[in-house]
Amino acid sequence: MTTYLDAIADAIRIEMRKDQSVFMIGEDIGVYGGAFKLTKGFLAEFGPQRIIDAPISEAAIMGAGIGAALNGMRPIVEMQFMDFITNGFNQLVTVAATTAYRWGIPVPMVVRGPSGGGVGANPFHSRNSEAWFAHATGLKVVCPATAADAKGLMTASIRDQNPVVFFEHKGLYRKIKDEVPEGEYVVPLGQAKVVREGTDVSVITYGSAVHMALEAATMLEADGASVEVVDIRTLVPLDEETILQSVRKTGRAVVAHEAVLTAGFAGEIASRIADSAFTFLDAPVKRVAAYDSPTPFAPTLEKAVLPNAEKIAEALRSVLAF
Amino acid sequence: MTNNTRVELLKYMIMAREFDASMLRLYRQGKAFGGVYSQLGNEAVSVGSAMALDPTQDVLFPMHRNVGAHFVFGATIDQMMQNQLAREGSQMRGTDGTGHYADPRLRIYGNVSHLGAMIPVANGFVLAGKLRGENTVALTYIGDGGAQVGEVHEALNFAAVHKLPLVLIIENNQYAYSTPNSQEFAVDQLSKRAIGYGIHGETIDGTDVELVLKTCQAAVARARRGEGPSIIETQTMRMRGHAEHDDFSYVPKELLDEWALRDPVNTYSAKLIADGVISSEEVKQLRDTTLDQMIASIDRTLELPWPDASEGFKQVFL
Repeated sequence: MTTYLDAIADAIRIEMRKDQSVFMIGEDIGVYGGAFKLTKGFLAEFGPQRIIDAPISEAAIMGAGIGAALNGMRPIVEMQFMDFITNGFNQLVTVAATTAYRWGIPVPMVVRGPSGGGVGANPFHSRNSEAWFAHATGLKVVCPATAADAKGLMTASIRDQNPVVFFEHKGLYRKIKDEVPEGEYVVPLGQAKVVREGTDVSVITYGSAVHMALEAATMLEADGASVEVVDIRTLVPLDEETILQSVRKTGRAVVAHEAVLTAGFAGEIASRIADSAFTFLDAPVKRVAAYDSPTPFAPTLEKAVLPNAEKIAEALRSVLAF
Repeated sequence: MTNNTRVELLKYMIMAREFDASMLRLYRQGKAFGGVYSQLGNEAVSVGSAMALDPTQDVLFPMHRNVGAHFVFGATIDQMMQNQLAREGSQMRGTDGTGHYADPRLRIYGNVSHLGAMIPVANGFVLAGKLRGENTVALTYIGDGGAQVGEVHEALNFAAVHKLPLVLIIENNQYAYSTPNSQEFAVDQLSKRAIGYGIHGETIDGTDVELVLKTCQAAVARARRGEGPSIIETQTMRMRGHAEHDDFSYVPKELLDEWALRDPVNTYSAKLIADGVISSEEVKQLRDTTLDQMIASIDRTLELPWPDASEGFKQVFL
């Protein structure tokens, strides 16, 4: 059994051993081994040329990644917390995301780091900002929920020719452990996974909300309802077909994510279901997401604004009762 | 400096000048669209700096007013014309224009409109070279306005810490769109910022192409020796508006008149004639031939169709 954090580190280590063009750059990733110790031991194995500690300058770090990618490397850029990606936002959305379209030159770069709330970390260490990047055009967006997927999707992201924004959930780092294949392991980007089969209602979800949805599905068993859970795994590219297949089968859908509701990715998924599976629906599509606020600090507040299994179960019951 | 090099400098400055003049004509004729950004009066900076590099191993990150640098690195007039006029066959497929051109075969990686954004990227390019044990130097540019963007600071500090082979030209052409130097920064010379990064910095006359070349050659040599980045501030005047839609009435006429006397193409032509390197007849011939090349290229380019609309849906991902 491997943790989500170790699975990601394992994927990076394997690619770095195999491919000299893969290197890492970030803040405190060398001697310190990263704020979450994901790169523990990396400096000793790969040396300071390939595990580069940079000044606190997310734009400079992001740009260094882009430029190195233009010059034949496969950089992995660490954001110490994904919240700080805002300081490198221009580099990512203005330069990295448009280079293929404008110049036809690949930017094979992974920007990764811990995102998400639920750990009492304050509004600036808890954000789920994946929807911003899904909206940027030209960036792939990955949100793994399990250790095995985290490994397989990381391998695929490193090997991809395009810039990939890889959202790790810090709450899952050491909480989730599963069977992770040894050695090289690839989960292709753009393939959703039915993580629990059911017949009455579908939960379309990703990231930490996959675990909430599975818990909710168990709760609903007591009501005699059979809940299907689809983990989309990547927002861009989006596996629309697997989502639609599930909804056509169950006729009901709840879309859930930990990010805030308004203009969240759940709206995109709900809209695609409405467009392409309308006649299969027996109830309106419902969304479960965080309250539209920054992620608060105190546990009472944070627990109240973030989604959880109970909130998803409640949505499922209302959709089933429609 | 050999006579050959001196004639080359003049030749590229005239190419830049005539290309620029062609774009201004095309804009007035309604044949060029979008922003047309003139480098009139700044040719010595583009040409002199790019001539300091070795195009077989170095890399150019030009700004939108650096057409002269593109030519020095081997871009053809037709190629630049197709890019500017967004015709079929242009390298950008019609997806972008306005000087944002890349040609990896020529080791040119252009700009984006967010000034300063490509300096961190230039860092990354040479960082990769360093990791592979190559000796690539990057030359890039920023304006007196763009130098106030935070990414420039981050990139310079990063380049200084990692001793990256980077040469940054700050093209101080006195105005950032309509905003004069006095409202952009409070230091008397932007190159003094180098002290804060622990790197080399100097301010020079940007109308003197040989001075620009020599100063950049020294910066490139330092970079290649592993001594890290340099800032070179070049003092010039933007002789047109921000782009051609702008009548630049906010610039005092006396200031323009004063700088017109220092026109880099005219002063360098006169210098080479005085030094007996080239005759005035040969200069005239060079300008006429270059103009003819521009006219022929415009004719060829305007005959090309627009890119097929299907290009708009391609290549968001590779």
